[in-house]
Amino acid sequence: MIGDIITIINDYWLLLLIGQYPNGPLGGLANTLILSALSIALAFPVSILFALARLSKWPLLRWPVTVLVYVTRGVPLLMLILWSYFLVPLLTGADVPSFVTMLTTLVIYQGAFLSEVVRAGIVALGEGQMDAARALGHSYLSAMRFIILPQALYNMIPSMISTFVATIKDTTLGYVINVPDLTFAASQVNNQLLTQPFQVFLILAVVYYAICWSLTYLANAVERRISRRRAGPANDPASPSLAQAKIVSEQL
Amino acid sequence: MNGFDLSAILGRADYVSMLVHGIEMTFVIYSGSWLLAMTLAILLLALRMSPLRFGEPVVKAYVSYHRNVPTLVQLMLWYFGIFTLLPDGLTSWLAAHNAETIFAVIGLGLCQAAYFSEDLRSGLRSVSPGQMEAAKALGHSYLSAMRYIIMPQGVRNGLPPLINHSVSLFKNSSLAIVIGAPELTHAVKEIENLSFRTFEIYLIGTVLYLFFSLLIMSGGAYLSMRADPTRSARA
Repeated sequence: MIGDIITIINDYWLLLLIGQYPNGPLGGLANTLILSALSIALAFPVSILFALARLSKWPLLRWPVTVLVYVTRGVPLLMLILWSYFLVPLLTGADVPSFVTMLTTLVIYQGAFLSEVVRAGIVALGEGQMDAARALGHSYLSAMRFIILPQALYNMIPSMISTFVATIKDTTLGYVINVPDLTFAASQVNNQLLTQPFQVFLILAVVYYAICWSLTYLANAVERRISRRRAGPANDPASPSLAQAKIVSEQL
Repeated sequence: MNGFDLSAILGRADYVSMLVHGIEMTFVIYSGSWLLAMTLAILLLALRMSPLRFGEPVVKAYVSYHRNVPTLVQLMLWYFGIFTLLPDGLTSWLAAHNAETIFAVIGLGLCQAAYFSEDLRSGLRSVSPGQMEAAKALGHSYLSAMRYIIMPQGVRNGLPPLINHSVSLFKNSSLAIVIGAPELTHAVKEIENLSFRTFEIYLIGTVLYLFFSLLIMSGGAYLSMRADPTRSARA
């Protein structure tokens, strides 16, 4: 059994790592990480815009985004992927690679989830911050930009990391629209070998475990560090807790 | 595509019965895996709190595996991997009895048990240790204190994450399409292939999922309200 696993890794490590890259599209683990990093990088500004829209006093901004967030949270990611797979080529009129389809879906999906984290972070700061900033002559936008968001986003760093973990796990769903990621590479290996499915998928599970476990570990370490800093020099355990930095992202 | 027309799908008995069957199977998978997950979660919690020395590391490893490996990969490992390692008699029995659905229930249930047990644990941890001491001082045994004093408070505190994870489990039941279980997403894809009315059938599928998710969420909100001890004071 262990011999089989070592043989599979020996024979197919390059395919699992970068897919068929020089001769074909980039795939494997590299593509999984690029896809996750890109989608979290794009989802971050989207989530701030969504959060600001949901806190806005204009119903015209607030309502559509609220509906979007609720729909995204109430519908399986798989269903959203099917929608993008159907709509993105229709709307752009181009033959879009599945990578882009998956990226679009993840940006909207994680943007909606992160926007709840951002919103909670802003609300948790309290109204006094905004009132004080306005009293000092800041406009609404400049108070947001210089006073509110820097504080709210700093507290958000741990949940950003755990959203990144969730995104890595979400990219596996690209399998249904043939995004060439790690899961896709593993099923290719499985199709070539045919006789050792358990060994192949065990390797797949172990690789995902290693990545996600290390990132979760990092998130917890950062969270401890931030809550120490927020506690201030007095180290008062009762004062500013990190309630808003709790991990709100979706499991998958 | 010629114009938006929901009746092209809802007006045809065969499509409607496929949808209804899909909903049924989704609920079979959902309720089966929910029950499995809750039972296992309680067992895991008991193991973790028991004086057995191997209890804690075993449960920690279980939770860590199921939270850090994507659910889809877990399902694939079960259906494509472990299924083939089982003895022949069991394999053929499973194959004759909807192996896809059974493995979807097992895979999703085991995965969700990790989340449920953490939710219950964090709920129990929020009950102060003084409660147990007070209950014992009043003459409760360990079990009766657990049953009447600790558990009711712990479950109430753990309710919000439990409800969130119940909704996620419902949405994750759509992953069963990857191993071929005939649930709602599967029915949606099949009707799409037959009717070519992609927009309409996706819309119907989305509305159905949304409806049931919101139903579970509002059921959960009702439960939380019922469990809130300040409710009668406010009313």
